[in-house]
Amino acid sequence: MPAIEILGLEKSYKVGFWIKRPRRALHPLHLTVEDGEVFGFLGPNGAGKTTTLKLLMGLVFPSSGSARILGRQWTDPEVKAQIGFLPEQPYFYDHLTAHELLNYYAQLSGVSAKDRSRRVESTLQRVGLKDVRGVQLRKFSKGMLQRVGIAQAILHDPKLVFFDEPMSGLDPVGRREVRDLMEQLKHEGKTVFFSTHILSDAEALCDRVAIINKGELRGIGAIDDLTSSVQGKVEVIWHGAQVPVSMKALGAECHITGETVRAIIGEAQQDAAIDALRREHLRLIAITPVRTSLEAYFVEKLQHAESKARTAV
Amino acid sequence: MNSRIFHIASNTFREAVRDRVLYNLIAFALLLSGAAVFVGQISLEIEKLVVINLGLTAVSLFGVVIAIFIGIGLVSKEIEKRTLYTVLSRPVRRWEFIVGKFFGLAGTLVVNTFFMAIGVFAALFYVSHRFIRADALIFVALYFAVLEFIILCALALLFSSFSSPLLSAVFAFSLFVIGSFAEDLRSFAGMAHGFTRWLATGAAYLVPNFSAFNIVSSIAHEQPVAPQLILHNTLYAFFYAAMALSGAVLIFENRNLK
Repeated sequence: MPAIEILGLEKSYKVGFWIKRPRRALHPLHLTVEDGEVFGFLGPNGAGKTTTLKLLMGLVFPSSGSARILGRQWTDPEVKAQIGFLPEQPYFYDHLTAHELLNYYAQLSGVSAKDRSRRVESTLQRVGLKDVRGVQLRKFSKGMLQRVGIAQAILHDPKLVFFDEPMSGLDPVGRREVRDLMEQLKHEGKTVFFSTHILSDAEALCDRVAIINKGELRGIGAIDDLTSSVQGKVEVIWHGAQVPVSMKALGAECHITGETVRAIIGEAQQDAAIDALRREHLRLIAITPVRTSLEAYFVEKLQHAESKARTAV
Repeated sequence: MNSRIFHIASNTFREAVRDRVLYNLIAFALLLSGAAVFVGQISLEIEKLVVINLGLTAVSLFGVVIAIFIGIGLVSKEIEKRTLYTVLSRPVRRWEFIVGKFFGLAGTLVVNTFFMAIGVFAALFYVSHRFIRADALIFVALYFAVLEFIILCALALLFSSFSSPLLSAVFAFSLFVIGSFAEDLRSFAGMAHGFTRWLATGAAYLVPNFSAFNIVSSIAHEQPVAPQLILHNTLYAFFYAAMALSGAVLIFENRNLK
C-alpha cells in the first residue's frame, strides 16, 4: 500500500479586487509515494510545494482532486494521528516552554497520559533540546525553533512525516543533524516526504524526487536513475604530470592538477585508455562513470519547461 | 468535555495568563482601593452606593475590554503566526479548535471576574465595615457581567474567524455599544412605521441585548432581582453565544488557511 497517493489535486485562488480571476497555484497533481521511502519534493521558491503540503494537511481545500494517505481518505481526522508535519519556518506559542509545548501537542495527538512524559523527554533528548526544556520559546533562536518543529512532528511516533523546507534557517551543523535525523527515521521504517530547494540535501537523502515548477510536475524518478551515467562518458584519473599522445588521440579532455591528471573520454574508449596508460607506465588511480548531478537534471527540467512555454506563446 | 477541546481551552487560558492579561487585576485593585478611600472621605451616607456602582461598572468594563481584545486575536493571530498549522495537522477538528478557544477565553474571564469580585467586596467592607443580606445581590450583577462576557467572547471569535484583528475589534466594540442601548432601539422600533419599523425591529432583536444585563443601579439601591430575569438572561446569553459560535465554526470550517 502506498503511503501517499495524490489523485489530481488542484488548487486555484481567485485574485483581483473588482473582477476575480482564477489563478492556478497547483495544476492537477498525480503522485505516489511508497511506504518507507524518503521522497524529495523539489522546486524553486513559489513553485507550489507548500500549497501541496497544505492541501495534504487539510489547511487549504482543493479546487478538485483527492488524495489517500496511509490507505485512507486524506481528510479523515484519524489519519492525522499517524502523520507528523513540520511547516516552513515554524512559529510556536512563545509563552510555553519546549517541554510544555511538546506535552500540549502530545495531548492533541492522543498520546496516552502514561506514555506522554516519557515520549516528550525522549524527543527533547533526540533533537538536542533537553537542557533547555524549561526555557520559554520566545528566548529560542531560529535554529532551536526549527528543532522544536522537528520534535513536534515526530513526537507521537508517526508512520509518515511531512517536512516543509526542514533545513531552512539552520547552520551547517544543524543541517547535518537534521539529515542524520531523517536518515534515522528512514531506518526506523518511516516514510518521509520533504520539500526543499536545496538539491544537495535531496541528493544525499532521497530515494526518489519529484520536481515541481509553477504549480506543475516537471519530472519524477529515483535519484539513482536521474543521476545515472546518461552522458555515456567516464572519468579516468592517473598519477603523473603528462598526457600521453595516445590518450590525446582518443579525444580526451584532460585537466592536470599537481601530480594528477583527469581525463573525460567516451565509455567505448575505456579499454584503449587503460592500454595507453599501461604502455607509458603511468599509474591508474580510478575510472568512474560521469554522472549527471541532480542539479543538472533539475536545471534541465526547468529550462525545458520554460522553452516549451515560450514555444507555445 | 471532549479532551482535545479541554487541552485547547487550557492552553488558551495559560496563554492569557502568561501574556500578563491578569495584570489588569492589579490596576483594578488599585483603582478600587483608591476609590474606596476617596469616597469614604468625601461622601456621606452614599459611600456604599458609590462603591457598588463604581466597582460593578469597573468589573464590566475591564471584562469587556479583555473579552474583545483577546477574543479578536484568538483565531487571526494563530493564522498569522501559523501556530494553527501544527494544531490542525493533528487529529483536531476545526470546530474543536474554535470551541476550545471559546472555553479558554470564557474561563479566563470567569477567573478574572472572581478576583475582581474579591476587590469589590473588600472595598465595600472598607466603607461599610460589615456585610448585609442585600449585598448578596452583587453576586447576581457579577453573574450577569459574566454572561455578558460570554456573549462578547463568542462575537469576538466570530469576527476573528473571518476578519483582521482591527476590524474585528471595531465590529465587536460597535456591537457592544449598540447592544447596551438595545432597549432604546426596541422602543424606537415600536414607534416607527412601515419598512423602517421592520428594519428597526430586525436590528433591535439581532444585536445582543446587553441592556438587560445591566442591573448595577438597582443592585446599588438594594432592589431585588426577579428570578425570571435571571433565567431569561441565562437562556438568552447561552442561546446568543451558541449562535455566534456556530457562525464562527461555519466560517472557519470552510476557510482556506493561506
